[in-house]
Amino acid sequence: MFRQIFAITGLNLRSIPQRWGPSLVIVIGLAGVVAVFTALLAMAQGFQATLQDAGRTDNAIVLRGGSGAELNSGFGGDSADIIKLGPGIRKGSDGKPLASGEIIVITELLKKGETINAANVTLRGVEPASFELRPQLKIIEGRRFEPGLREIIVGAGVARLFDGAGVGETLSMRGSDWTVVGIFEAGDANDSEMWADAGTAQSTFNRGNGFSAVRVGLESPESLETLKAALAADPRLTVEVLQEQAYYSAQTGQFRATISVLAGVVTLIMALGAIFAALNTMYAAVATRTREIATLRAIGFGATPVLVSVMVEAVVLAFVGGVAGAFIAWAMFDNLSVSTLGQSFTQVVFAFQVSLPLVLSGLAIAMVIGFIGGLLPAVRAARMQVTTALRTQ
Amino acid sequence: MTKTGFILANLFHKKTRTWLTLLSVVMAFVLFGLLQSLNLVFSASPDFIGATRLVTQSRVSFTQSLPMRMVPEMDAIPGVQRVMYQQWFGAVYRENPQIFAFAVDPERLHEVYPEWVMPEEHWNAFRGTRTGMIAGRLLADQYGWKVGDKIPLQSNIFPQKNGSKDWTFDLVGIYDGKDAQWQQQTAGGMYINHAYFAEATQFGGGNAGIFVLRLEDPDMAESVAMTVDKRYENSADETKTQTEKDFQVGFLKQLGDIGLIVRWILFAVFFTLLLVVGNTMAQSVRERVPQFAVLKTLGFSDNSVLGFVLAETVALCAIGGLLGLSLATLLGAGISKAAGPMMPVAVDGRVWLSGVIAIVVLSLVVGLLPALRARRLKIVDALAGR
Repeated sequence: MFRQIFAITGLNLRSIPQRWGPSLVIVIGLAGVVAVFTALLAMAQGFQATLQDAGRTDNAIVLRGGSGAELNSGFGGDSADIIKLGPGIRKGSDGKPLASGEIIVITELLKKGETINAANVTLRGVEPASFELRPQLKIIEGRRFEPGLREIIVGAGVARLFDGAGVGETLSMRGSDWTVVGIFEAGDANDSEMWADAGTAQSTFNRGNGFSAVRVGLESPESLETLKAALAADPRLTVEVLQEQAYYSAQTGQFRATISVLAGVVTLIMALGAIFAALNTMYAAVATRTREIATLRAIGFGATPVLVSVMVEAVVLAFVGGVAGAFIAWAMFDNLSVSTLGQSFTQVVFAFQVSLPLVLSGLAIAMVIGFIGGLLPAVRAARMQVTTALRTQ
Repeated sequence: MTKTGFILANLFHKKTRTWLTLLSVVMAFVLFGLLQSLNLVFSASPDFIGATRLVTQSRVSFTQSLPMRMVPEMDAIPGVQRVMYQQWFGAVYRENPQIFAFAVDPERLHEVYPEWVMPEEHWNAFRGTRTGMIAGRLLADQYGWKVGDKIPLQSNIFPQKNGSKDWTFDLVGIYDGKDAQWQQQTAGGMYINHAYFAEATQFGGGNAGIFVLRLEDPDMAESVAMTVDKRYENSADETKTQTEKDFQVGFLKQLGDIGLIVRWILFAVFFTLLLVVGNTMAQSVRERVPQFAVLKTLGFSDNSVLGFVLAETVALCAIGGLLGLSLATLLGAGISKAAGPMMPVAVDGRVWLSGVIAIVVLSLVVGLLPALRARRLKIVDALAGR
């Protein structure tokens, strides 16, 4: 039995080069399905990773109650000072509580190649502790800004995708010029921002001594509850305390859901199309070999080996197509840097991530399609009436 | 037998194959219809807005508020008929933060946006009720709001003076759009009374997010925009003025590269389709070489044989394509109902037009080679099986 299967399957596979045309339909059809599937999910994954990596479990963000996002939040400097003295906040390298008031201003920059329509980019006014709260953030070109001066550092993603954000260039905001003095890279959502000194930003943007949010380092992830309870009990404050990572993760949900639905619908419809195409090809393959198969059956080969050989051919072709599709997705999209509107109404720069699990599930889909596409033609081949089949032209 | 009958009979001479090919064409066009409508959402150019209005925002970005003292200053600029101001309220209703709620002056809204249609008594009620609000028809329908209801909203930006985030407004009117496209725009929108907002809010009452300038003459758009921006140049409140259409386009463009990705998928789908149908046609012609030779022997010209083959592809692509587009239309209606008014996936006339173009292109590209092959056929060789 197995010898028969191997013999016929080998025969089939070796004869594929002689009928490249029809076989190519399966390969390219499946390549299309897998490439689209992989690329779409790689986008969703890249977006999610970018935001998730930006948050740590031992940092917390304090916002005004009910605001939900840094952009909507805001309170006076007096509230910020109270928050910074809350319990559960770890000490920074200078011995003071590791906490920084930050203000968010949305500015507009032109994307490279764009001349009219500007995109929103976050400008974050930060205090010195902000750097210590994000140890992953490194200056890769130039230097940090000097407090009190209108100097600005930009994230690597912003520098890459937007005009006028290179070291030495100036940005004009509210009638004053800001000089870009450095570029930083954190490998996450921070790269989509520009940073300046909080005090300078407050005075330029007329924010008094107010902040959008306060970011604090916790003694341990569990200290979150301590801080939350203490601030909630303070009658001078109405704030909400969120774990930094949870805050960023919450922003990925909607985008991921949208892209996943899109990927699901597109893959499903394309897969149906590919199944029909595969059926077509395999029926044709069986039809052109009618006499060959009948001859094999006549000299004693069983029905099962014939069935298996057709199935194997379909699955192998599908697998080759799947690999080609995954390769196309990887070659064209992996690490491709793009940007879209995040939930805080500003651009989030992120890169596609074509990961191994993604490729493997793409290949699995391809093989399932190949299996379904091969099944009916294989049954037809196995059920063939030997005598009639031998007489066909 | 008529020519049409002959072509259909030919088309279905191998039933299974034709059905399967037809189904893959149908699937491809379902996808084509849905993706193309998505593509249109991203690359929309809102022509219906017209050019009678300018939008003035802060040069920094539209989230940076501008002071209300600019209203009379702009009213006085020559060429400006009326200025409307609006402040983003950050409304949240039952956890849905996707409501476009703006605090406005009712009188100015009415004058600057004649596209919003509402009975005059509702406009009067909006002017006269401090806690009044009006909502777009589609938004009101979505939540079952009726005139006279009290609508509880939260603002994720502005607390009231007493620190509460909860606001309650009286729904005094529901407005429609003046045509189908404007009616679409009523899906996310509502307006509240700025005077009440300014008094009750803890902060931000003296500011407005953007100003909308209605022009006396659309031709003056450029010069008025320059005058406004010039006036506030180098001040703390530098402005950026553009036509309302450009403002909307800019808004959509912020979604960024998603439209590009959709275009890539469209391309992949189409390429795959091309190959599947092309291959089937080639195979079908190959198998029927002797038949074509017989036709030619009977006296059919080379060109009519070419016509037969081409007509077959056209029929296959047209039947499959039209079925697929119809299915996409149904599915699209279902999706936009499920996803809500914020994702208007409408397989409309424009999508059908590009779909029909795609059908024509597809049938020509895949039909031409086999058809030419059938045309070039030499009777003697074909009958001898050479």
